[in-house]
Amino acid sequence: MTVVSRQKAASPEAAVPSRRAGLSEGKKQERRLGWLLCAPAALVMVAVTAYPILYSIWLSLQRYDLKFPENREFIGLANYATVLTNNYWWTAFGVTMLITVISVAVELVLGMGLALIMHRTIIGRGLVRTSALIPYGIVTVVAAFSWRYAWTPGTGYLANLFSPEGAPLTERASALAIIIFAEIWKTTPFMALLLMAGLALVPDDLLKAASMDGASWWQRFTKVMLPVMKPAILVALLFRTLDAFRIFDNIYVLSAGANETSSVSMIAYNNLMKGLNLGIGSTMSVLIFLTVAIIAFIFVKLFGTAAPGSDDVDGRR
Amino acid sequence: MADIVLDKVTKKYPDGTTAVHEIDLEIADGEFIILVGPSGCGKSTTLNMIAGLEDISSGELRIAGERVNDKAPKDRDIAMVFQSYALYPNMTVGENMAFPLKLAKMPKAEIDKKVAEAAKVLELTEYLNRKPANLSGGQRQRVAMGRAIVRSPKAFLMDEPLSNLDAKLRVQMRTQVSRLQKQLNTTTVYVTHDQTEAMTLGDRVVVMRGGYIQQVGDPQTLYDNPHNLFVAGFIGSPSMNFLPATVEESKLRTPLGDLPLGDRVRRALSGADAPRQVILGIRPEHFEDARLIEEHQRAKGFEFTAPVDLVESMGSDKYVYLTVEGEHAVAADLEDLAADAGGADLPPQDNLVTRLSAESRVRDGADARVWMNLDKIHLFDPRDGHNLTLHEGQAAGVNAA
Repeated sequence: MTVVSRQKAASPEAAVPSRRAGLSEGKKQERRLGWLLCAPAALVMVAVTAYPILYSIWLSLQRYDLKFPENREFIGLANYATVLTNNYWWTAFGVTMLITVISVAVELVLGMGLALIMHRTIIGRGLVRTSALIPYGIVTVVAAFSWRYAWTPGTGYLANLFSPEGAPLTERASALAIIIFAEIWKTTPFMALLLMAGLALVPDDLLKAASMDGASWWQRFTKVMLPVMKPAILVALLFRTLDAFRIFDNIYVLSAGANETSSVSMIAYNNLMKGLNLGIGSTMSVLIFLTVAIIAFIFVKLFGTAAPGSDDVDGRR
Repeated sequence: MADIVLDKVTKKYPDGTTAVHEIDLEIADGEFIILVGPSGCGKSTTLNMIAGLEDISSGELRIAGERVNDKAPKDRDIAMVFQSYALYPNMTVGENMAFPLKLAKMPKAEIDKKVAEAAKVLELTEYLNRKPANLSGGQRQRVAMGRAIVRSPKAFLMDEPLSNLDAKLRVQMRTQVSRLQKQLNTTTVYVTHDQTEAMTLGDRVVVMRGGYIQQVGDPQTLYDNPHNLFVAGFIGSPSMNFLPATVEESKLRTPLGDLPLGDRVRRALSGADAPRQVILGIRPEHFEDARLIEEHQRAKGFEFTAPVDLVESMGSDKYVYLTVEGEHAVAADLEDLAADAGGADLPPQDNLVTRLSAESRVRDGADARVWMNLDKIHLFDPRDGHNLTLHEGQAAGVNAA
């Protein structure tokens, strides 16, 4: 990794091609050693990620249903056409996007609040931080089951409290709300943890200077803290967005995808594992992979504009 | 523009430690005052209390006659320059300087005018659109100053603003700060641990130690008439030489020899509780090569011979390090000073630092005949460090008998 990053770092000034050719023998040796040292890790990565990805792309280009294995056939992009013109897919896609956007947005706000509390706490800091992290430490499936019982009519305390008549997990809107709620409850601490790391990047002097300059608490937060924390916020958002987009376990336990509450991961799983349709299931997996890649790409592009080296260009008035 | 009054201001932390003990200080309108002392002496805490960044535990702080203890920093109308400059990294130089004015909801045209003026004074005009990350240390420091002066506040507070600059730049910026303060004539409180900055910049200097004020005065007074061992050792570079001395009849027995006691010193030492053991303090420039001393001066001083350890020729004069055998002066104040200096800034224990004329032909390794001005010596009480030779704030010379 060192070698790669060094090359990258050197590239802007290494615009002169002769520089590369002019590498001394020692440098070349060092670079070769770098590659050799990375090689085992790189090989393992290839074995455990590249191979399955390529294999699922290969599967997605075939008609391949384990119930009718004799019909296996290479059909090009036909599976993609099938999935992308299908309502189930788009409904699930919409549900996933909805869950992602709402939960990440709420988590950002709550996480920031929690991070500020954890950052400012002086007394019992360890206790506060530990207790704030408990939800994140609980296995998602276990937490999801406890939410499911809590919302089960008749026996669940939350169901009795909020909706004694109905069955909230069997209606689409309320089921989605509960799923989102469970998701937020579970991962806000993670967001808070990442944001807290960002808060530590804001020098105290900067906040002191802002209060001397006449900034109110809110102005210090929005005009000084947030801009300085921006890289950390973007990282937190990226992680959580990618994570939330792949939501599976909460939905699986809470509603099992009934009443159009399936996420894309749910329907991929249903097609692949339950329906044994390797072709369609793989197509969906590849599409999820692509979507995640696009989200990451958008975020990285955002990082690009926020990176310290580049902001003096667009920062000019 | 305003005066600042600290009336028994105290800072006590919740854990019981007291950083600042009942400080009384009156800072006149337009005055440039320096708080100086070793780290942990409470100077920054005092500054932060004036700024409003730390609560005042007890006592009263008045700015322009108004009690401001409970006012938020933004309502005190004072500007502060930080050691780290604390520039907003996401804003350009211009935006940084405009920030306080924007928050004050000043019209845009006026903001632009003020920023342009400040930039011109500080020679920052061509950098207005740059981000702080693309500036040198000196430029950043000037931006921080600019952000303070655009507001025309009642007072400037500066927390070691030059400490992050390299030595050469620090000297340049020091004169610039001094000139700027004279030009704007704004009350300024400046914190530093560097006694050279304290001496050169301030109208008055406040020497602090362990949360107490040791002495307040203009630089020359502090230099000539230090109230105690600590101030004597802290102000001046190279610092004052300290030697143990014993009072005996009409003599002062020191490792350099027996010095005659003048009348006034004898009177100073005549009190019932006057110590027999004292510490003699004398600055390097009060020595001279005995051969260069005119006859009529010779009588005012004391001559002795000592081996030369080292000669540093500065061009204008020579620093000569003499080896002195015998005991070392011991006092709590001196230990504090040594701790602060890390031992580096003080003369090595066996050495007497003298500053002789450039014409002196004293050489390494040889013995030197050195004259010492007895009018300029100070005697300190080793128990509490106070200067025994001060009378009504003036140093009493030890006159040759």
